[in-house]
Amino acid sequence: MKAGMQMTAITTAPLDQEALVRALDTTGIGGVTVFLGLVRDHNKGRTVLYLDYEAYEPLALRGLDVIVAESRERWPDVRLAIHHRIGRMEIGEASVIIAAASPHRADAFSASRYAIERIKQIVPIWKHEYFEGGDVWIEGATADPENVDARQEALRIACA
Amino acid sequence: MRVTVRLFARLRDIAGSGELTREAPAGADVRAVWQSLVADYPELSAYEKSISCAVNADYSRFSAEVADGDEVAFLPPVSGG
Repeated sequence: MKAGMQMTAITTAPLDQEALVRALDTTGIGGVTVFLGLVRDHNKGRTVLYLDYEAYEPLALRGLDVIVAESRERWPDVRLAIHHRIGRMEIGEASVIIAAASPHRADAFSASRYAIERIKQIVPIWKHEYFEGGDVWIEGATADPENVDARQEALRIACA
Repeated sequence: MRVTVRLFARLRDIAGSGELTREAPAGADVRAVWQSLVADYPELSAYEKSISCAVNADYSRFSAEVADGDEVAFLPPVSGG
């Protein structure tokens, strides 16, 4: 990573994928994948109006760092950057961006997929969904970074 | 002793605040702090089996002892991404 941009971040500011990719050190790199998670206009039959994301910020940032370290164990040559936005986001806005730079494309795709699966398992961030007719907190996985089965499942999906 | 409790998402809504100060006896563990919260906010009990906890912004266990001044956080199932 070049100066001025962190590998991992929790931010209320709009995510800038071009700046993140530019900040990656591409020495020896043959491919970069960029995954954007967007606010979708529907969920479980509901018409979504907007999402408001909340985080336990210090632990969420630590969780992103754990994911980068786990990725490095499995894909040592991949350089991974993860930025997650919090606060209110409108339909179509990016809530998360994962950039993975790798000498070879397969590892970039795998590390990127691993990262998004792990975010959904262990990073303390919550979606508050506002839809036509009400609002609801979305609740997914019970966060437990030491759950080996969950980590194995993320690896399995990443390498499928 | 006194600990700061942090609550998020639906847990925060139930308690009406994201940050509470609680008294706890010396030697109390995270579970005791949780149980004292449930006593005040019975709706929280629905989360007994699905929450995670953190002490001083690091994931912890319900059996972990807490110390005076600690920040104890209770986290409902996460939904980032």
